[in-house]
Amino acid sequence: MKTERKTMRDVFIDRIFHMMEEDESIFFISADFGSPMLDKLRDKFKDRFINVGIAEQNLINVSTGLALEGFTVYAYAIAPFLTMRAFEQIRINLSLHAQFKDVNVNFIGVGAGLSYDVSGPTHHCLEDISIIRTLPNIILFSPSDWVLAQGFIDYSINVKKPKYIRFDGKPINNIYGSFENVKLEDGFKEIKKGNEICLISTGYMTHTTIKAADTLAKDGINAGVLDVFLLKPINENLFVETLKDYKYLITLEEAFMNKGGLDGLVSSLIDEYDLKVKLKRMGFKDSYVFDIGGREYLHKINNLDDISVAKYIKDTLIK
Amino acid sequence: MEHDKDFFRYLKDKALHTRKETLNIHGISQETRIASSLSCVEIFTVLYYGKILNFKSSEPGWENRDRFIISKGHGAISLYPVLADTGYFDALELANVGKEGSFLGGIPDYIIPGFETTNGSLGHGLGVACGISLALKRKKRKEKVFVLMGDGELYEGSVWEAVMFAGRHGLDNLTLILDNNKICMLDYCKNILDLEPLDKKFGVFGWNTLTVDGHDLTGLYEALSGLKENETGRPGVLIANTVKGKGVKSLENDPLCHIKNLNEAQIKEAIEGLK
Repeated sequence: MKTERKTMRDVFIDRIFHMMEEDESIFFISADFGSPMLDKLRDKFKDRFINVGIAEQNLINVSTGLALEGFTVYAYAIAPFLTMRAFEQIRINLSLHAQFKDVNVNFIGVGAGLSYDVSGPTHHCLEDISIIRTLPNIILFSPSDWVLAQGFIDYSINVKKPKYIRFDGKPINNIYGSFENVKLEDGFKEIKKGNEICLISTGYMTHTTIKAADTLAKDGINAGVLDVFLLKPINENLFVETLKDYKYLITLEEAFMNKGGLDGLVSSLIDEYDLKVKLKRMGFKDSYVFDIGGREYLHKINNLDDISVAKYIKDTLIK
Repeated sequence: MEHDKDFFRYLKDKALHTRKETLNIHGISQETRIASSLSCVEIFTVLYYGKILNFKSSEPGWENRDRFIISKGHGAISLYPVLADTGYFDALELANVGKEGSFLGGIPDYIIPGFETTNGSLGHGLGVACGISLALKRKKRKEKVFVLMGDGELYEGSVWEAVMFAGRHGLDNLTLILDNNKICMLDYCKNILDLEPLDKKFGVFGWNTLTVDGHDLTGLYEALSGLKENETGRPGVLIANTVKGKGVKSLENDPLCHIKNLNEAQIKEAIEGLK
């Protein structure tokens, strides 16, 4: 793993900045949410950067209007407020319109999972994957590192559908090294091939599954790691082909379990393709996190850190 | 533009036709909201037959069309006969509203030629229209954007996010027409949360405001003609004072008229009573 840490939003906005220099059909709309890189963009493109104020509903509605007139729009806000305050705007104006019209709104939510750890449960985002997955016609991108985030720019411009882009709030390591190692349309990558056990994760948690697999390897257990970055659409056939020979699949997500998130995606594919594997879910139980502390601490007390994940596998799956 | 009596007589005839056909549609599909659809008949008449809107019915997505967003989707059944009469689709389709296989539902959507956006959930139209208006301005296009909204819709907070936005960005290519029929589903608005004074509220958010009798074709025509030429750097709102259920005595001034249906005999009587 490369150790250069960057925020997904800054590398992505930097790419948008350069695209906006060449392409006048790109707008960037923010619900009063920033980033160091955004300062440069809003200074340079005063006529195509708009701050709608703390108004996520209008963020989506204005973005829709611009997109219906042919603009490519990036709509930018804090993830839980974007996906939950403006859920109906996303449903009515993006999901419904996109069934028969081009609506290229890329709505970027920053602060996936427990990114905003100390800020508490209003800022934790444990529901977004589940609820956005329920909407037809929306692409759901959940990158695990900044290389994926950076590489998504061409897809975001060329595919004229609404996309929920789910970014971590913290600087994050580079997993993939280069975007050339990624086939975006597959929706996932088996980062490490294992025997019997495969850990499946998305976003930040892929860093945890990689570490857990390393820990297990020291004990002679070869667990696979599979990173899902495009939850919708995903190459189902390839996904099933990749996973069918494992005995156990373990989903690990910074989300509530059993509510249609990553575990729901994997579970439905197991059923649909009649896979003979056992699924174990790891994530947050059905309650909010009021404990105060950093992300690693919060993961640890909820048994979602790499040591706890490795221990769970050793204690329950290895006989 | 000056118009003679014949022009306004023509509009009056078209309004009468639209009102009759709207009642007929309600007879075919009882799920349609008749009272709400009757208050905006003159507004539609002036926009389409008065040629306030620039449109090409043979090409609904024509680039040079003015954009018309019908935010009060539930109350826009009266636009169906107008769209049919102006050539967007065959008038025979009006007999199929709400029926299997038809594209004309109880609440219109953008799959119907002539409708721009998804309607039915309130509080969305103005914000989307702001985006369209901004897009047209950035592209230096001359087309105008009109939005029809009911007064009850002003209870949605998202509307005020858009009101602030339009004022701040000087969207003078945007005109909001408020069908101010003063009644929600369960009561008069003044008894729920009084919305007045509407002109002052829009005024302080940086809008030009104009108030008319929403059933007076001459007044509507003059107001909308003026607003279409708006170059003041402020968006325009036309507060059209209307009567919910206009033209049907059993609906007018009934605070529960929104959810009232008319049976076959009542529709017949209502049509006979129209002037």
